[in-house]
Amino acid sequence: MGTYIIRRLLWTILLLFLISAITFVIFNILPSADPALLRAGKNPTPEGIAAIRQQLGTDRPKIEQFWSYMKDLVFHFNFGRSYINDVDVKATILDRLPNTLFLISGAAVIWFTAGVVIGTISSVKRGSIWDRVAMGSALLFISAPVYWLGLVVTYLFSDDLGKFPLLPGVGAYAAAHGFFAQAHALIMPWMVLAAAFAAIYARLLRSNMLEVMGEDYIRTARAKGLPGRSVIRHGLRSAITPLVTVLGLDVGILVGGAILTESVFSIPGIGRLSFDAIQRGDLQTIQGTTLFLALAVCLTSLVVDVLYAFLDPRVRY
Amino acid sequence: MAPLLEVKDLTVRFTTEDGVVNAVDGVSYTVEPGRTLGIVGESGSGKSVSSLTVMGLTRARNAEITGEVLFDGKNLLEASEQEMRTVRGGPIAMIFQDPMSSLHPMYRIGRQLVEAVQMHQKVSKAAARDRAAEMLALVGIPDARRRLDSYPHEFSGGMRQRVMIAMGLCNNPRMLIADEPTTALDVTVQAQILELIRRLQSELDTAVILITHDLGVVAEVTDDIAVMYCGRIVERGPKDQIFAAPQHPYTWGLLKSIPRLDTPRDQPLVPIAGRPPSLINRPTGCHFHPRCPYVRPECVTVDPTLEPIPNDPTHVVRCLIPAGERKRIWADLKAGRTPAVAAVEAGITNDPEEASDGA
Repeated sequence: MGTYIIRRLLWTILLLFLISAITFVIFNILPSADPALLRAGKNPTPEGIAAIRQQLGTDRPKIEQFWSYMKDLVFHFNFGRSYINDVDVKATILDRLPNTLFLISGAAVIWFTAGVVIGTISSVKRGSIWDRVAMGSALLFISAPVYWLGLVVTYLFSDDLGKFPLLPGVGAYAAAHGFFAQAHALIMPWMVLAAAFAAIYARLLRSNMLEVMGEDYIRTARAKGLPGRSVIRHGLRSAITPLVTVLGLDVGILVGGAILTESVFSIPGIGRLSFDAIQRGDLQTIQGTTLFLALAVCLTSLVVDVLYAFLDPRVRY
Repeated sequence: MAPLLEVKDLTVRFTTEDGVVNAVDGVSYTVEPGRTLGIVGESGSGKSVSSLTVMGLTRARNAEITGEVLFDGKNLLEASEQEMRTVRGGPIAMIFQDPMSSLHPMYRIGRQLVEAVQMHQKVSKAAARDRAAEMLALVGIPDARRRLDSYPHEFSGGMRQRVMIAMGLCNNPRMLIADEPTTALDVTVQAQILELIRRLQSELDTAVILITHDLGVVAEVTDDIAVMYCGRIVERGPKDQIFAAPQHPYTWGLLKSIPRLDTPRDQPLVPIAGRPPSLINRPTGCHFHPRCPYVRPECVTVDPTLEPIPNDPTHVVRCLIPAGERKRIWADLKAGRTPAVAAVEAGITNDPEEASDGA
């Protein structure tokens, strides 16, 4: 197990290196905004722009820029400074991270619980009206994009614009202070972010359950005389395990930024940060958030794989 | 002796998208305490469904179950699901074909056994664990107490089947239904498992229903044999009678298709021609007639009933061929003649082409 984890971590480092190289290449090859131009103000002079370029270091050869970036990253774990406002990228990411984590963890709890409960009931009452309604609406939520769903929910329920003003709406989180106020402000974003995931998880769990409930060991459980509830628990124990893998990866990806949800609800998280950085040609920040996303995905998938060995006794590394 | 289990005219039908599946059709048998009934038949002959129905495990919206299953005089078909739960794993236990997949892969053996014990006995967890360890030791698992903490994948197939048997017997059942308990196991392990079942049966005076497609297995351990075909019992009787004087062409086919040490090596085995019929569109008349080498015109239209053979009320058969002729055909087959030859000798005027096709 120990060597397995170390091996995985070494691979992660290699992967991060590749990803930063790829991000750098993509940013420099594809047309994007010139950071110097964006920074130079409304009526830039050529000298002014040249001076800014020199200051940012974007006048140097590309390979040199990459080298110095990587040097900072590897030896100082320094993500560089933003081209736009000259703040330290690492500090910005760490500053934004709690908001993203708060958003994701709440949403993940909601979607995992909802997915498991709905999926289980649907599989047990397969073919019933409940099953049909649940799976039909699941399809609806999977198809509904977050920005659309976010706007619809805002239109319906937000306390400033909504038809039924029930919940804090757009911008409420940024304005809220303290844990409970923030949690209250996040109810709507949580729901919106969780909707599609809950639907996917419900469908996944339902199909896992249907498969597992046909297994021989479920028949054994029934032949022992166990009541229906315990038999379902036996099934759930097997059916839920693959869901944990998916959960880990989903959370990993979202830690890198729930871009759409954060944008719709003006939550100052990492997703919002990436979004702004892309709009402004802020390579350093883009690099930083991309690397952070990759790191989050690698680490959560490692955690999931290790966790899996505990969840499924047959798995050994 | 009063029978422990009495199945009377049991019929199980499943309504599916493809049509009505007649899985079990009018099956009757009895099992006395301490005795063993072997139910023999091919896949899809209804042998598993009939025993799962005894356990109440085939109840479903699309299942139509009629007849009577009297266990100790009580009709289990009329019992509520709640009552059936107290029967399953308690007075009637069941073990299954594939020990590899019959234990929950993510729970420790001990937990699965304790669960079974506590389901039927009001005992503490510690007492249930003691019982579980005792049962594992009884079925011959060394170092039983420590093995309680093992997962199923840490056991071999034979050991897992022992665990299944321990689980089945942990509540002192009065009846054990073993559904192909040795099919997935090596031959040497098969013998051990059968020996184990037999030993435990004699120690605990348990009645056993042994479901199998393997006549070798029934020859080992059973007292009575019921041969099932297409959802019905086609022949039933004491084991010795079935082996010495089988009456049904299907039984003959089964007996002639097993290799024996005393037959010459160059003599080919005689398979039963054709495939088991669909349980949705069953053949008319005698359901075996499309595969029967001795088919007569009336077999196509007349559905035979289960009748006792002359001079032996315990041995019943479902066949239209007269008893005397059946005796002659079996004598011919025993002498090594092919079914085609035997059919001609018996004066059955079939198209010889068809008959030899059947051979």
